[in-house]
Order: sequence, then C-alpha cells, then structure tokens
Amino acid sequence: MLQEYIFIGLFLLIGVIFPAAPLLVSWLVRPKKPNPLKSETYECGIETVGDTWVQFKAQYYIFALVFVIFDVETVFLFPWAVAFDQLRLFMVLEMVLFIAILAAGLIYAWRKGALEWM
Amino acid sequence: MDLLKDPLVFLYLQIEATLRSAGLAPELVNVAMQLIGVVVVATFCLLLIIFTTWLERKVVARMQDRLGPNRAGPFGILQSIADVIKFLTKEDLMPTGADRWVFNIAPLMAVIAVLLIWAVIPFSWNVIGTNVNIGVIYVVAVGAFGTLSILMAGWGSNNKYALLGAFRVVAQLISYEVPMILALLVPVLLARSMRMNDIVMAQGVWFIVLAPIAALIFFITSLAEVGRTPFDLLEAESEIVAGYHIEYSGMKWALFMLAEFLHAFTISALFATLFLGGWRGPGVGDLNRPGIPILGVVYFLIKSFLVYFVVMWVRGTLPRIRIDHMLAFCWKFLTPVALVNISVMAVVDKLIPATAGLWGRAGILLLTNLVMGAGILIAVAMVAHRARQREAALLAQAEALPATVGTAR
Repeated sequence: MLQEYIFIGLFLLIGVIFPAAPLLVSWLVRPKKPNPLKSETYECGIETVGDTWVQFKAQYYIFALVFVIFDVETVFLFPWAVAFDQLRLFMVLEMVLFIAILAAGLIYAWRKGALEWM
Repeated sequence: MDLLKDPLVFLYLQIEATLRSAGLAPELVNVAMQLIGVVVVATFCLLLIIFTTWLERKVVARMQDRLGPNRAGPFGILQSIADVIKFLTKEDLMPTGADRWVFNIAPLMAVIAVLLIWAVIPFSWNVIGTNVNIGVIYVVAVGAFGTLSILMAGWGSNNKYALLGAFRVVAQLISYEVPMILALLVPVLLARSMRMNDIVMAQGVWFIVLAPIAALIFFITSLAEVGRTPFDLLEAESEIVAGYHIEYSGMKWALFMLAEFLHAFTISALFATLFLGGWRGPGVGDLNRPGIPILGVVYFLIKSFLVYFVVMWVRGTLPRIRIDHMLAFCWKFLTPVALVNISVMAVVDKLIPATAGLWGRAGILLLTNLVMGAGILIAVAMVAHRARQREAALLAQAEALPATVGTAR
C-alpha cells in the first residue's frame, strides 16, 4: 500500500524539478533589462484604472456551489461501483434512488434559474 | 529472449540486480528503482510533447490548407527544439502590481497537475508507474490542480483580461468535471475496480462497445477540461486577448503551453486506457499467460495517437462556443444524460445473468446504450420543438402588437 504511494511522492518531487529546471536555465541565459514601460499591465496601452482584485459576479459562485454538491455526492458512487459484485438488486436500486435525489436537486436548481447565464 | 520480448522490465531487473550486488540496503534499492521509474515516465512525457507539438502544428496546418513548420530540419521536425531555445533566451516580464508568489508558482503547478496523471497510466500489463487502488479518483483529483493553477495565474497577474479568463475557467472546468466524473463511473462499474490496470484487464470487449454514451460524454468533457477549441473560452484570443496567461512571457508561458499540449495527449491516453482497451491487442498476453509485453506499449501508443488525431481534428473543425451555451450544454444536457446513463447501466448490468458470457453481456449493454441514445435524441428533439414553438408564439405576439395600436388610433 505505502509502496504505491512512494512512487507518487517521488513523482511529485520530479514533477517539481523537471519544469523548474528550464526556468533556472532560462534565468541564467535570458537578458534582464526591466524598465517601467515593460512591466506595465498589458491591457490597452494606457495605465489601468482601478483595482483588478475586485468582487466578482455572483453567477460564478452559484455554479461553484452546485458543483460542490454534485462532486461530494458522486464520490459516494465510486465505492458503490467497486463493490458492485457483492450488491443485490435492491442495493443497486437504492443507489438509483440516490441518483434520482441528485437529479431532483439539479432540476430544483434549474427551475430556480441558477443555471441561467446572466 | 527476455530482452527482445520485454526490454523495459529486463533492464529494470538488471539495474536492480546491479544495485543489490553493489551492497545497497534493500529499502534504498527499492526507492532508487522507483526513482528511476519516475524519471523514465516523466522524461517520456516531456519528450513526447516535443513531438506532439510539432505533429499538432503540422496536422492543423494541413487542415487549414497551410504547410505548417517546414524550415527547421526535415519536415520542420526540429521546430519544437528551436522554439524551446527561443523561449529560454527570452526576457521574463512581471507586471508591477502582480502577486509575486502566486504569479511564479502557477506555471509550475500547471505542469505538475498534468504530469502526475501519468503515474497511474498503464503502458503494458507490467509497465505501469503505480497501480494504486483509487486510480480513477486519483486522475480526477490531480487534474483539479490544473484549474487551481489557472485561477492562480489569472488572479496573480493583476490584469483584468487575465482575471476574466480565470473566472471563466472556474465556471467551465468545474462544471464539466461533474459529467466527467459520472462518465468515469461507468468503466469503474463495468470493471468493478478503480485500478487502471484492472480496468484494462476487464476489457475483453472494449468498453467503447459496452458503453458508447459514457465514452462520448467522457470525450466531450475532457476536451472541455483541456480547454481545446470548441471550449477554449478561457483563452479566447479574439475576446480577452489570451486570458489567464496574457502577462506571461518566455519560459513561464512555455510551461503553460507544455501543460496544455501534455494534457491534450493525456486525455487521449486516458480515453485509450478506459474505453479502447489500453495495451490490449493480439500477442500481448496478461498476468496469467505472459506474451510479449512490449507490444502492449506499441498498441497503447497507437490507440492514444488515434484519439489524439481526433482531438486535433475537432480543433481544426469546430468554432468556439459562447459561454452561456457552453454551460447550458453541460448542466442541462450532459449532466442529466450522464445521470440517466449511470442508473440504467447499473440496473441492466445487475440484471444480466452470469451465463450471458462476455459477448452476451456486451451485446445487451450495447443494445441498452443504443435504445438510451435514441431516447435521448427524441427527448432533445421534443424539447427543442417546444422551445421553437414558444419562440414563434412570442414573435407572433410581438408582431400583432403594433397592428392593435394602429387600429386604436
């Protein structure tokens, strides 16, 4: 068990080193001549007005909320699928009921207009 | 003989024996061997990208009636290497107001998120990084890091275009993750396991035959996860310039591109593994009756490149979708279809008697899928018809309005 995760841990390590290496090489060879004009925000040639880190549209938030509900519930479905051979038909139907409740949640969000893009 | 049949494992055992005879502790040898495996897989991925970027530019160019890169080397095959050298020597700019840490870590995270998926992809029945028991969930979980890295890039660069792109990403990527997980559930259900290698082993008949609807949903949603052309709203060149990576230059920008191209190939490899039988093919054998394992790597790569060609084809053919259409397509079409699909597949698969055999089961499931597909198409046609009628009624009302005003006067 642990054996399998050592590999992933090492992969994470190498995964950091591999993309970081070209960054390091590039840091060694690239020209470094910054000036205020170059480091301006790239938008339209004029100094940006106002802060970028503003409050954003709630629309995105609602999608994120619906997603969280779905994502948490689908995680329950995976163990069910793995143990499928041990289940009797009744248990399968029970999970279909669970999925139906999920679907009811989706229909509720749909009717409430949470899925409309405004 | 072993060297010819299975050179990878042969070399692996040779190196292990050498290390052991050098007098290293067994635990140390174990870690060293794992490290070698990691380096091999990671290097393979990065070298692959040098090839696939060239391939993609060439193929898409042909589709658009252009020649594509043809100067550097024969058929322009050295173009990617020339590009890498150029990226390395480019100045790295950082906007004044940027959040330094978030801005710099984001490209690294983008690459790591995609690279880590390769830890569980089986190349052959004995060539796999690690066969963890939560393989499929691992893929989804690691893939979600990509979303985070794009959000970090957009937020960190202190640019409104970038921020807009990042917000779109949050809406798009997390929305499409829901039908994707539900579609991934089907191969897990059919194989009764989340281990990648078990899923390949279970595909005596490829899962694309047993579950074509799930395969299609997985393909569409994973295209959206990559941000490929029909769903490339996150970078939408013509609207928000380049989206989240607008402020990036030089090697950091190249890392984002690398992550995107690698992700595009990764979803092809995942599709090949989960639905096209992965390394399966004549003469490969498996754990119980060893054949020639190296053939498995060949079959796997052929299948992956075929899927990758379809990905490029889609990129060369379809225009970009509007964001409201895209989210409606996900939440109002793909998600309900995926929910119906998993319920029906589960019940039907439970009802199939064990005596049906491999092909009997495949036939019944294929028939179920065809009936389900027809039902879905009819339902969509009915809903669309009603929507059109409603629209026509509204239009007629609007036209009738000035006439009544006219008679009153």
